Amino acid sequence: MLHIINKAPQERNSLDSCLRVARTGTILLIEDGVYAATRGNAAEGKIKDAMTRFKVCVLGPDLDARGMGDRLIEGVQSVGYDGFVDLVASEPNCQSWV
Amino acid sequence: MKFGILINEGPYQHQASDSAYLFCKAALEKGHEISRVFFYNDGVNNSTKLTEPPQDDRNIVQRWSKMGEEHGVDLVVCVAAALRRGIRDENLAPGFRISGLGQLVEVGIQADRLVVFGD
Amino acid sequence: MSEEGGIKKFMFVNRKAPYGTVYALESLEVVLITAAFDQDVSLAFLDDGVYQLKKGQQTKGIETKNFSPTFRALDGYDIEKLYVEREAMEERGLTEADLLVDVIVLSRVEMGELMEQQDVVLSC
Repeated sequence: MLHIINKAPQERNSLDSCLRVARTGTILLIEDGVYAATRGNAAEGKIKDAMTRFKVCVLGPDLDARGMGDRLIEGVQSVGYDGFVDLVASEPNCQSWV
Repeated sequence: MKFGILINEGPYQHQASDSAYLFCKAALEKGHEISRVFFYNDGVNNSTKLTEPPQDDRNIVQRWSKMGEEHGVDLVVCVAAALRRGIRDENLAPGFRISGLGQLVEVGIQADRLVVFGD
Repeated sequence: MSEEGGIKKFMFVNRKAPYGTVYALESLEVVLITAAFDQDVSLAFLDDGVYQLKKGQQTKGIETKNFSPTFRALDGYDIEKLYVEREAMEERGLTEADLLVDVIVLSRVEMGELMEQQDVVLSC
């Protein structure tokens, strides 16, 4: 399953909620969700832990737009919108944690 | 693959409509089909032709209209949500149509994936 | 995932409280329409979404329609699968006795597994 998260970890509990409930698959961070995948953020540990269970991706254009492209956590895969499409197509289903 | 899209937020206030548009654009470029984009909640505000952003900003409404016309993407605005928010046939931008919620369920059934863009 | 006989599994994920925003109400409106399409429909309540099911909602004072009785009418539409995540309920000081309709309480693991089985996951 593809889990799409669009909220920053300090603003909403979307990431926490997803990590609590979701079992397997891929997590894609988009919009303000991308802040979770940056070094030094309080969520860094959660993301690193999530990487042991999920493939974790970030939408590159959203990361760059926010000036955070210089601090992506190692191992988190940056994808473009075409990669976003590929993830939706390759996973059997998807859920937006809005 | 056939994608259905649900947009729950209005333009400019929230990035949802931008993200959805760029997703659809990439999907079409890869040869996928966008079966329908359904506008719900404040998402119905993406369909008004009265929108007039500053010249140096993107025109979110026109962008959807253009995608609808060039790629035959069905742009459906929920009637109940639209009437609540003052969106009617008179102020609907080209390429959009107003219809019922059944259109959302139908695309959920028919498309291979339904992707939600919201708050 | 199953699409036997053209029936898909639709899950409506509710994570937001009622009245503060319109999402809970408008999500319920989609649920009612979906009932007419003879699909396999379930509702999941996580996080603040569990507040939607709290008994005793009195909305007169905020001049807004109380839509909570609709949850009790869902079985008339053959929608009987209402799932509540246990931790979400407990973290909010609620028990099943506080809810206005019969629900199936799931652990977070069970909820996650159920989500993975869906064809369409809708959230407002």
